[in-house]
Amino acid sequence: MLHIINKSPFDRPTLDTVLRVAQGGAALLIEDAVVAATRGCIAANKVVELAKKMPVYVLGPDLEARGLADRVIEGVQVVGYDGFVNLVAEHRNCQSWL
Amino acid sequence: MAKKFMFVNRKAPYGSIYALEALEVVLITAAFEQEVSLAFLDDGVYQLKKGMMPKGIEMKNFGPSYRALPDYDIDKFYVERESMEARGLTPEDLLVEVEVLSAQELGQLMEAQDVILSF
Amino acid sequence: MATIEVAGKTIEVDEEGYLTNLSDWDEEVAAELAKKEGIDMTENHWEVVNFLREYYEEYQVAPPIRVLTKAIAKKLGPEKGNSDYLYELFPYGPAKQACKIAGLPKPTGCV
Repeated sequence: MLHIINKSPFDRPTLDTVLRVAQGGAALLIEDAVVAATRGCIAANKVVELAKKMPVYVLGPDLEARGLADRVIEGVQVVGYDGFVNLVAEHRNCQSWL
Repeated sequence: MAKKFMFVNRKAPYGSIYALEALEVVLITAAFEQEVSLAFLDDGVYQLKKGMMPKGIEMKNFGPSYRALPDYDIDKFYVERESMEARGLTPEDLLVEVEVLSAQELGQLMEAQDVILSF
Repeated sequence: MATIEVAGKTIEVDEEGYLTNLSDWDEEVAAELAKKEGIDMTENHWEVVNFLREYYEEYQVAPPIRVLTKAIAKKLGPEKGNSDYLYELFPYGPAKQACKIAGLPKPTGCV
């Protein structure tokens, strides 16, 4: 399953929920959720935790929009819209943690 | 008699319309020659991050517009220290000169306002 | 949707005559927009229009009159950065008319 997260970790406890519930697959951070994967952000440790369980991807255009493209933490992969489409196609199903 | 207006910004930019709407209202309020200040806390701090490039998500880059605000006689930008630090940001990461305040100092400043507009 | 015709091209404008797409702007379009405003473009008009385009490029906002006069005074001196001078060039509101001719949106906070 592909887990898509789109809200800021400061706004919603979605990362905690995914950490608790997700059984595998991959996670993709988009929109305001991308801030979680940046250096110095106190939520980054949750992304590191998640990356131990499954590959974690971050949408590049959303990082760039927020001026954060140069501060992505290690252990996650930045993808473009094409990568987003591939991830959706590769997984049997998809949960958007709105 | 000018009133003290404070815009309290708490949302990250681009993921929702709050930041852009706040900026529009700030620009309109400036026409009424009130005493306007802007406060940034929680994810609102991200609104001031340098180097925004939203071309890829097909949104208007409104980062530079904050730098026009001094022309509108708006030059009080307050950032809450706790929010900024929790996001790994420093004043050097921000696109305007800001005054960094503790949560308590910001709370006191909010108490002193005539009007608060929340976004 | 309203349109204007310039050199054989059809260009979209909003109900108040402001360009829908900033990128449609060129000097021919500006001249046509000016004609519709009843303005004969001189070097002084172009100076203000070009100033506005640069201001928008840098800040992504179309400034209202108070801000425009101040910003022009800073860049071009007080003899140009005052409302008498600007109203003489653009009698129906310098920010409104000059922004329209410059292809920018209507200034925010302009009533």
